[in-house]
Amino acid sequence: MKKVQFKSNYSQYFFLAPQLLILLIFLYWPIIQTFKDAFTMQDAFGFGSQFAGFDNFLFIFSDPSYFTAFKFTIIYSFVITLITGSIGLLLAVQANKVMHGKSTYKTLLIWPYAIAPAVVGVMANYFFSERYGLLHHLFNNLWGFNWYENVFDAYIYVIIAGSWKQISANFIFFLAGLQAIQKTVIEASIIDCKSNIRRFWTITFPLLMPTTFFLIIINITYAFFDTFGIIDTTTIGAPGSETKTLVYKAYIDGFKGLDLGSAGAQSIMMMIIVLVITIFQFRYIEGKIHYN
Amino acid sequence: MTKYISSTINHFILSIGLLIMVVPIWIIFASSTHSSLFINTNGLQFFLGDNFIENYSRVLFKQSGFFNEITALKMFFNSFVMATGIATLSVITSLMAAYGLVYFKVKYATIIFWVIFITLLVPLELRIMPSYIVMSKLNLVNTFAGLILPISASAIATFFFRQFYKSIPDELLEAAKLDGTNSLRFFIDFLIPLSKTMIAAVFIFMFVFGYNQYLWPLIMTTSEQYWTVVMGLKTMYGSISDRFAFVIMSMIPPVIIIIFLQKLFIQGIFQNK
Repeated sequence: MKKVQFKSNYSQYFFLAPQLLILLIFLYWPIIQTFKDAFTMQDAFGFGSQFAGFDNFLFIFSDPSYFTAFKFTIIYSFVITLITGSIGLLLAVQANKVMHGKSTYKTLLIWPYAIAPAVVGVMANYFFSERYGLLHHLFNNLWGFNWYENVFDAYIYVIIAGSWKQISANFIFFLAGLQAIQKTVIEASIIDCKSNIRRFWTITFPLLMPTTFFLIIINITYAFFDTFGIIDTTTIGAPGSETKTLVYKAYIDGFKGLDLGSAGAQSIMMMIIVLVITIFQFRYIEGKIHYN
Repeated sequence: MTKYISSTINHFILSIGLLIMVVPIWIIFASSTHSSLFINTNGLQFFLGDNFIENYSRVLFKQSGFFNEITALKMFFNSFVMATGIATLSVITSLMAAYGLVYFKVKYATIIFWVIFITLLVPLELRIMPSYIVMSKLNLVNTFAGLILPISASAIATFFFRQFYKSIPDELLEAAKLDGTNSLRFFIDFLIPLSKTMIAAVFIFMFVFGYNQYLWPLIMTTSEQYWTVVMGLKTMYGSISDRFAFVIMSMIPPVIIIIFLQKLFIQGIFQNK
């Protein structure tokens, strides 16, 4: 904190109170409720509940559909990170080089960043509908596309829908990262190394490492949480439940299936995953990964 | 010569990128200007039709929804109230909380710090069901307060403001103290004007974030009177060209905000990096 500070007996609480109050009521209360749910078992008719220890956790670990969701979420995060990261980087490098039309490219490529995932999902719906869908027709002519029966096809559907808007986010941050690299470093490297491609991989890309780590975290968080709107407006988990993410499954089990115990246990498992991701994030923000 | 070739390659790759990002929206927009009958017989369209005004005004003013109780115009109003509420409330509470954390000697400072920042681990999606139960206990289902408050309960903005305050030189406070400025005056006369760019960036970010909410309004609004644009999209019934027109209209507010304020937004993000 600051070396020079105000000394007061009460005014700091005046500044802290509004946020603390909102957090306590609308965040801590539900979280405590989540922990309570996770360790209680409710009977099927909702009449009573009893302490269940770790039964709810044992239940989700013995549930094959939990592992299906887990597997899908991992694959989904990995593929989205890879696709959006590489396309975003490729476009950012080109946009950083061109002399003319830089701001036009920038504006048009940044634009989809603002669109809600649920809106993107509704749009994807039209491109993959049997009746109007251009992509549906294209893939159908190539290999007989059928996403509500074929798991691989459903993956393609949600991956395209999920990646599209995230390319913009990757593009924005990579471009800003590239512009932050000092001109003198690049000029010096031109003298040492004539090959454009080698220079990129040996000089520029290592200098972009902090941005890359930051974006990996952003993309994983996006694939975990923000894709809810995309799944709910595209496949709804179809064919069976192969395209349900962990968040989507917890919502369906809790809200539609009214199994609060299982939904609570699933939420706590996800909090642990987020905790691990956040520890990495803090390592980055505190500047422990340094390349320049 | 090689320079010319390489710049052509740059433009070529960027144009493919533009195609991927812009063409899907263009196709939906072009299709939204045709009649439903035409779309149903001919599929998605690349060229504009003549039904632009007819389709868009029908969607804006016609009663739709499951019980035909709401117009798209009302949904836009609801979305604006919700997004503005979320942005305003989180900017004010976070600005104040960060000030309290950075500029004061606080008893149990570490505990308060963790009470605030550990909440970053629990996005709304992870506490959706218990949040709904809490809101119904508080009688806040189908109210704007119910739509706004749980989403404003976030420490992301506090984190940004805290980082920003820490970068302000200590001499500022020393000088203000010599002049006998009290903590409230220092906050209003010095810190808020200094944080203008940050405030704007956080406000934009939270506004778009609030406008784009989908799951929470879906759960919190059983009455159509409180439907928002983004959640209404999936549930709204109507002809195919109505739905295309609504998709296009739904993305206009956040897209305009990001395009016009992109410099400010990016500046705000990178002040903290």
